[in-house]
Amino acid sequence: MTATLAPPAAARRPRLRAHAAPAGFLLPFLVPFTLFTLVPVGFAFWQSLHATRRSGGTFGRTESVFAGLDQYARVLSAPYFADSMLRVAAFAVVQIPVMLALATGLALLLDSAAARLRSFFRLVYFVPYGIPGVVAALMWAFLYDPRLSPIVHLLHSIGIDAAFLTPAGVLWSIGNVVTWTYTGYNMLVLYSALQAVPRDVCEAAKVDGAGQWAIALRIKLPMILPALVLTTVFSLIGTFQLFTEPQVFRQISTSVSSTFTPNLAAYSLTAGDRYGEAAAMSVLLASATFVLSFAFLRLTTRRQGRP
Amino acid sequence: MTPLTRVEGAHPVPRPQRASTSLSTTGVVLVLTLLALYMLVPVYWLLVSATKSQHDLVTTPGLLPAAWHLGDNLSALFTAQDGVYGRWLLNSLAYAGAGACTATLLAAMAGYGLAKYRFPGRETVFSVVLGGVLVPATALALPLFLLFAKINTTNTFWSMFLPNVVSPFGVYLARIFAEASVPDEVVEAARMDGAGELRIFRSIAVRMMAPALVTVFLFQFVVIWNNFLLPLVMLQDEHLYPVTLGLFTWQSQTSRLPELQTLTLVGALVSVLPIIVTFLLLQRYWRAGLTAGAVKS
Repeated sequence: MTATLAPPAAARRPRLRAHAAPAGFLLPFLVPFTLFTLVPVGFAFWQSLHATRRSGGTFGRTESVFAGLDQYARVLSAPYFADSMLRVAAFAVVQIPVMLALATGLALLLDSAAARLRSFFRLVYFVPYGIPGVVAALMWAFLYDPRLSPIVHLLHSIGIDAAFLTPAGVLWSIGNVVTWTYTGYNMLVLYSALQAVPRDVCEAAKVDGAGQWAIALRIKLPMILPALVLTTVFSLIGTFQLFTEPQVFRQISTSVSSTFTPNLAAYSLTAGDRYGEAAAMSVLLASATFVLSFAFLRLTTRRQGRP
Repeated sequence: MTPLTRVEGAHPVPRPQRASTSLSTTGVVLVLTLLALYMLVPVYWLLVSATKSQHDLVTTPGLLPAAWHLGDNLSALFTAQDGVYGRWLLNSLAYAGAGACTATLLAAMAGYGLAKYRFPGRETVFSVVLGGVLVPATALALPLFLLFAKINTTNTFWSMFLPNVVSPFGVYLARIFAEASVPDEVVEAARMDGAGELRIFRSIAVRMMAPALVTVFLFQFVVIWNNFLLPLVMLQDEHLYPVTLGLFTWQSQTSRLPELQTLTLVGALVSVLPIIVTFLLLQRYWRAGLTAGAVKS
């Protein structure tokens, strides 16, 4: 796009003025952005390299001492680190493909359904996304509760003893909550991408004798691959940040420990005044998320054969 | 569309299409309906449960209605603990409303500035802002808490408001829309007529960017309304809680006070209604936002 303007009538106006205008537009955002995004990130880094030490007994002043990579070493050797990371990794490997397969399938089905059905179902699938994460988790917590749950009763009546809140099951029960909440959102992103697929390409394939399946798999799917990559990256980031659902489930299930996910661990460390360790944990988590998303992006764009 | 592909009937289709089409249509509707049930049954359960008394909630089948107690439940909800629930709702509205308004204004100005002026470091600034999109809100909450604690401002309205006026994603959207919908010619013409830069932004650009700005507002509103970790770490005073955190604390007490179960359920339902209504009324806008994120880049 050639939309950028030359500095407004450079000959007439002094240089300062040409720079004053963009600064005036940008600073109101950049100042709070610096204070409430960049500074906290920098502060977390700084803190991860320091330890708090108390001088003069329990009631003495606390002071920060440079500790190098001690906090990182402490986090990396703590059992909660590997446990929580592996837990969200397992979650990512199972839940994300299930959710995105559902979302893609739904988007393709909607795309080939009658127009009137489309807008109705699109709306229905989007309803869960409108429900705040805490409320969704609360609601499902009730739905998993053996004393209240119609699902548990129903399954029991056909001979299945569903235990949603056992140590083995609770991670996947949380997976179901996440799937329920975000499938519709992802479907909508993919569906929007499908709208951009040129109709005449599909028509041409149809004329050549391709069935609905072939058109969906060979034409539509490759064309929405960028959107699929995008939804995967967002899902990866979300999974590694998992906090709300496990925190809510902690109230009803002893199977969710205080270090169940990396974020929950960082929260618990902060609550226990172990700030340096919490910061190191957060930095490690953010780096892992970033590296993973970036690696995934590189991998998929290379396979597509374009930058 | 080329004329060739238009004449659908002119090419004989090699296999009997009609029968298989109607069969697959039924299949499609069936699958779509099953998944719609998966999405809606929990919501239906919440609706039904909100109409039950605490006793019926535990004793009657979950998916069937029992004696109608919605009115009682609602009045119990708004009178419990001196009407703290109403307070929570208003807090959520204040945090999300004020935060999203400010965030939209700042994002509109920054996006417009990035789109319509050329200055050194422009792309660097934009890259840093884009990097901000990738920093998850949950990663910021803990350091933000410690920073606010240093200046003794945790547990205040400001500790919930200030961090939320920043929306890097909003700046990204605003820039795209400013580039696409505010023509340079118009800006240039206004300048020739002697309008100042701020005036051009206020009376011309903002109007042309209006649909995008509604999208930015909606997204930020939902982000703030749904935020959980930030209020959880920032706020200790129950009277400052947003509704999500309030409901969470009620749920955490249900093992001691079972009657809070009904209140939590009814409260969950009431808290969801404003968001769902907003979403339905303004569908067009959030869909535009999703498309911008997914396709344009």
